[in-house]
Amino acid sequence: MNFTNLMKVAITAIMSNKSRTLLSTLGIIIGVAAVITMMAIGQGSKDSIRKELSKMGTNLLTIRPGGDMRGGVRLDPSAMQTLKMADYEAILQEAKLVTHVSPEVNAAGQVIYGAKNTNTTVYGESAEYLTIKLWEIKDGDCFTEEDIKKSAKVCVVGTTIVEELFGDKNFDAVGKTIRFKSIPFRIVGILKSKGYNSWGMDQDNVMIAPYTTVMKRIAAQTFFSSINVSALREELSDDAIEELTAILRRNHKIKDGDDDDFTIRSQQEMMETMSSTMTTLQTVLVVAAAFSLLVAGIGIMNIMLVSVTERTKEIGLRMSVGARGIDISRQFLLESVMISLSGGLIGIGLGYLLSWGANAIGFPATVPLWSVLVSFGVCALIGLLFGYIPAHKAATMDPIEALRYE
Amino acid sequence: MTDERKVVIELQDVRREFHVGSETVKALRGVSFKIHEGEFVTIMGTSGSGKSTLLNQLGCLDTPTSGEYILDGVPVRKMRRRERAVLRNRKIGFIFQNYNLLAKTTAVENVELPLMYNSAYSARQRREAAIKALQAVGLGDRLEHKSNQMSGGQMQRVAIARALVNNPAVILADEATGNLDTRTSFEILVLFQELHRQGRTIIFVTHNPEIAQYSSRNIMLRDGKIREDVENPNILSAAEALAALPKNQDD
Repeated sequence: MNFTNLMKVAITAIMSNKSRTLLSTLGIIIGVAAVITMMAIGQGSKDSIRKELSKMGTNLLTIRPGGDMRGGVRLDPSAMQTLKMADYEAILQEAKLVTHVSPEVNAAGQVIYGAKNTNTTVYGESAEYLTIKLWEIKDGDCFTEEDIKKSAKVCVVGTTIVEELFGDKNFDAVGKTIRFKSIPFRIVGILKSKGYNSWGMDQDNVMIAPYTTVMKRIAAQTFFSSINVSALREELSDDAIEELTAILRRNHKIKDGDDDDFTIRSQQEMMETMSSTMTTLQTVLVVAAAFSLLVAGIGIMNIMLVSVTERTKEIGLRMSVGARGIDISRQFLLESVMISLSGGLIGIGLGYLLSWGANAIGFPATVPLWSVLVSFGVCALIGLLFGYIPAHKAATMDPIEALRYE
Repeated sequence: MTDERKVVIELQDVRREFHVGSETVKALRGVSFKIHEGEFVTIMGTSGSGKSTLLNQLGCLDTPTSGEYILDGVPVRKMRRRERAVLRNRKIGFIFQNYNLLAKTTAVENVELPLMYNSAYSARQRREAAIKALQAVGLGDRLEHKSNQMSGGQMQRVAIARALVNNPAVILADEATGNLDTRTSFEILVLFQELHRQGRTIIFVTHNPEIAQYSSRNIMLRDGKIREDVENPNILSAAEALAALPKNQDD
């Protein structure tokens, strides 16, 4: 029997049992819709993280104390104190491939104005920090080199702090004095609002002060928690990392062959780390969805087996008028492929709808084209795979027995 | 006397044994006969006589344990399943007691079915052949009727058209009037006699001795052997019998 005739027969068979067909495709519909939606949300988050990180400046390099922590080994606390003032100065003087440098010390605590208070983190930075991070000031100005030298009690705050302490985020708080751990800070500038980042952190709940002030008056420590640096250009990031590594190794007197006691990460690497986390999550979800498709395939096989038994007499008749085993098996295979493909198509449509819904409620979601193609292919495969046993059963029937079946 | 005519079917000492558990059931114990082109043969026998087994042999649905069956010049015994399917498609037209039409399918589509498995026919040729066959059985005005919109007699006519559509070497009817009332049975018999007149070879398997009177030859089967194989010197006319039936006796 040629393909056109087979199609006709399959469509007739499917249409003569609409509600059953629909029920048997339900598993496929749900499975495919789940896969498409998962992939869309995963892709959407990855895109938005990438956008977020590139907003922070693609030439950003972060130096952290301690060796490479990717092994997960717990570090000696002293290893976390390796970044010192001398390192900062050496970088300032010697590094040629970097433009801006800002050491960082931070401390979490309560900030108070009048009767109001809120919890925040104070970041001790140099005046170049805002340039490195591409952050902008809305009102006022950043603190100056002068303030840093004097360990002045001045700060720049985010709009969340303004809102919490002054009741209105548009309030011009420049010149007001707030207290962090009982130390008064005069607000000299207010940051432009940036909202939440893609891993759910409020980027406006920050307070930035001269690093000297935070080191001496709040944290009471002589080491930095990190040093942020911008490379001259993004493509020079790797060279800059090399240059900084050489300076710091010499400064820390690390012998050749010994491991670094610091780590330098580029924004590129951060992006990859974030993306790989998302990819892992996505893989787990897709594997779960794939199992649901497996179950759906078994459902289709079940329905096809019922269908074959029900149509035993028809199979006998077809054989008696000259259908070969292969004609019969093709007929049932095509039927199961069509059932699972139609389920797949509905599922893809539903997946698009759900992704659109996710977008509407604030989850970034974009359906990647390849996920649609893969779903379609997987559905065809499921139809073939799980249609095989019923089709084989039909094809190997004895026509005499089949004709006699009641 | 009929020896000059072409031999369509030749059975040479056909035996068929079935193994049921440890027992061996001998359904056919050496059956030999020839059927020539244009014969209308009834095969009769009580249940258990090997009638059904013989029909399955003749229809190439089964193969003999020993002996040989030659259908239109082709030896069947050593054929494979696939080859026998093609042979059935080209050389045999089946008619069943319970019609075996596809449900929710029109008369034309039902008749087209055998040609669907013959790639030599295009969709147009298939339809034309099906319409011609339906016209031949008097259903030219019911082409698009679905099988569930027809009476038993009409359904059996569709089945006969389906058996004719591939222009087979032999038509095999299995109790073809078994499910029909007397009047409709005679109408179908009239149709069979007409096909016989046109030169078709027909084998009609039945347990109803009455039907033998309307065929040209009668083979009686008992216990897997031929008990009697006689020409019918006095073929009755089914048309006359139909006319003689009391009309509308229920009204």
